[in-house]
Amino acid sequence: MTPRSDGEPVDAVPESPARVLLLKLLVLLTLTTGFIYISWRWTASLNFDAWWIAIPLVAAETYSLIDVALFGMTMWRARQRPSPAEPSPSATVDVFITTYNEDVDLVMATARAAKAIRFPHRTYILDDGARAEMARAAEQLGVGYITRSPDWRNKPLHAKAGNINNALMQTDGEFLLILDADQIPRPEILDRTLGYFDDPKVALVQTPQRFTNVVAGDPLGSQAPLFYGPIQQGKDGWNAAFFCGSNAILRRDALMQLGITRYVIELEEALERALRGARRVIARARRHPAASRADVRAALDDVQSAIVDARRSLHGGRPIGRVTFELQRRIGAISSALVEADLTLIRADLDALRELPVVSDEHVDTVSDVGTTVDRLTARELSPLGAIESVQRLIRSLDVDRHEEAQPLMPLATISVTEDMATSMRLHALGWSSVYHHETLADGLAPDDLGTMLKQRLRWAQGTVQVMLRENPLAKRGLSLAQRLMYFSTMWSYFSGFAAIVYFTAPVVFLLFGILPVDTTAAEFFLRFLPFMIINQLMFLVASRGISTWRGQQYSLALFPVWNRAVVSAAGNVFAGRPLDFVVTAKSRQVSSGSWRLVRWQALVAVVLVIASVVGIVRLALGVGEPIGTAVNLFWVVFDLLILAVLVPALRYRGYPEEGETHSHDDTEGAARGAA
Amino acid sequence: MELRERTLPDGVAVVAPVGRLTMVGAPDLRGKLAELVADGHTRIVVDLSEVVFLDSSGLGALVAGLKSARQAGGDLRIASATEQVLLVLKLTSLDRVLEPHATAESAFAELRPRDRGGR
Repeated sequence: MTPRSDGEPVDAVPESPARVLLLKLLVLLTLTTGFIYISWRWTASLNFDAWWIAIPLVAAETYSLIDVALFGMTMWRARQRPSPAEPSPSATVDVFITTYNEDVDLVMATARAAKAIRFPHRTYILDDGARAEMARAAEQLGVGYITRSPDWRNKPLHAKAGNINNALMQTDGEFLLILDADQIPRPEILDRTLGYFDDPKVALVQTPQRFTNVVAGDPLGSQAPLFYGPIQQGKDGWNAAFFCGSNAILRRDALMQLGITRYVIELEEALERALRGARRVIARARRHPAASRADVRAALDDVQSAIVDARRSLHGGRPIGRVTFELQRRIGAISSALVEADLTLIRADLDALRELPVVSDEHVDTVSDVGTTVDRLTARELSPLGAIESVQRLIRSLDVDRHEEAQPLMPLATISVTEDMATSMRLHALGWSSVYHHETLADGLAPDDLGTMLKQRLRWAQGTVQVMLRENPLAKRGLSLAQRLMYFSTMWSYFSGFAAIVYFTAPVVFLLFGILPVDTTAAEFFLRFLPFMIINQLMFLVASRGISTWRGQQYSLALFPVWNRAVVSAAGNVFAGRPLDFVVTAKSRQVSSGSWRLVRWQALVAVVLVIASVVGIVRLALGVGEPIGTAVNLFWVVFDLLILAVLVPALRYRGYPEEGETHSHDDTEGAARGAA
Repeated sequence: MELRERTLPDGVAVVAPVGRLTMVGAPDLRGKLAELVADGHTRIVVDLSEVVFLDSSGLGALVAGLKSARQAGGDLRIASATEQVLLVLKLTSLDRVLEPHATAESAFAELRPRDRGGR
């Protein structure tokens, strides 16, 4: 394995003030010309006769402009950090190597390198596969070996986040270096990064992910020099550099604080939900015939106001245990008074109670469990007594032990398959800071076939969209406006697949049918479009500091089926509770890596583009087609085909001999900047 | 960090960490609490009067102990928290769940929902 020479992050390249100024100027000019162009497009150029293509096209262009604006904002504060201070010699560090099914040899290579890290530390292999062979190898090498504790039996495992959360409870280092099984750390990794933690607010230091098993030309677009470079540096400028799952150092105290804060929030949410459900149950009970009696009605009123009081004191900050206890006591008293008042009510209720859903006193405190219980309860027509009884059971079932989870504290977020991004967003919301340290301190392995690469990209995209739908940064309290936009920027970039489809369709529609979505003259169009396009490309050129961004741009558009599938499946997961691989397994089953079926949608698009071009040229020759429009659209066809061409070498790539899956974010973001 | 233990006349087990309850001592406390629950002591008070500093890992040990005690049908309560400890509890909102009691003796004095029927 020889490290690649191109694009290797170099630390502390002096930032010329002239470049910074030029970049800011280009950002402002891009935004100005972009705004002029897009407002003209919306107000004066739409061909309403062809609204079905005109509206999607202008919407796609607006999407891209917002993408560019967010990129510009990212670049506004892109900064090279000076080298940090020497680490405090008393710092204690645990190095975690996470593995599930990687080869023992591969993991041990990482473990040997981890053991050889210069700064004093303890190394642990976190083996989610619980393999005896791995345990033996760890013992031989003299490193720690951690598997899930018995608490995790029959509980949700939460993949890598769960693996790390489990290890957090069994170790005690002040700082944690997280490494994927195939990320070989360099000996100086801790010496170069721990110094940042002298600032007591710093919770996270992320370093780049670089891959050594990548051939020249990087056919699979594995390296992400733009992301692990200007983009993370730009986010860093806004204190929004985020955790990418590996090659990062975390402060234990920050994670634990996050775990505890989340624990309390989730308990409160569960109680809140139970109280809302209780109100619904009572509201339904009022419609029961027995509720026409004055005393019954009064009892229901009392329960209702007890619930209202409980919510009020919960919001007022009363301890959760107190609130539920008082509520139970009040409802208990109301219910026994009612029973004493009229024993005949009981008989009527016996049947109803028998039909009650089984809510064992033991266990219902998860947010989702409470949700289903409430749903089941409110779906029934309960008699008033039955309703009161079921409200009592619902409240009693709330408990603080989070029995549905293996451990009450889950410092690493479990709401997404990209736990890393969600975790750092929550840390930022708690007021912690992050650092992006731009220096390669670990050498990793990238997937080396197209099929694996596509699965990995799909997973990142799904995870990012999951976070966006579950905990939208724009609405997240505790984040600054800039932090909100920085997280949103990454999420927004994964919606490019929909824009790509429109961009592919527009020229086809013109070349086949002569329908232009833009109703204007060529001069009017170019007058507004060209300045924006040229300045935008210049901004991109300066921002990327000579790093080639073409591969990233190609993949951003060419992988449109992956992005779209990710968005659809993540939405299905968040809103309908469908598993994420609901779509994926169905479609990728039995597709061997390198198979053309992996890129069938792109192939279809390419064929349609070529056919449309031939038709367009024939129409032009026959005198039906319009010359300038045809020329412009043929240009876009060529551009689109060049974009899609990235998949040809990717498909033919047979890879490095090494294997392994890694986890990082890629250059999707920051690509597809060309609006149109 | 040192762990002192005593038992109240009504059978409540009291654990009093002495010194700094941080990531260094947290595993010990967690282990001690688990051990007590395993031995059948399900009503536990953690007396925090001698704790000079508490961090999030220390809180984590308390939450873990709370979980084991509750699962065994009992409860874990905290008593005699110092200013610094109260501040940390407040910062993390954990005081919403682990209500600070004045003394170890009074922590189980009042009737709480868990005490009824002893699940």
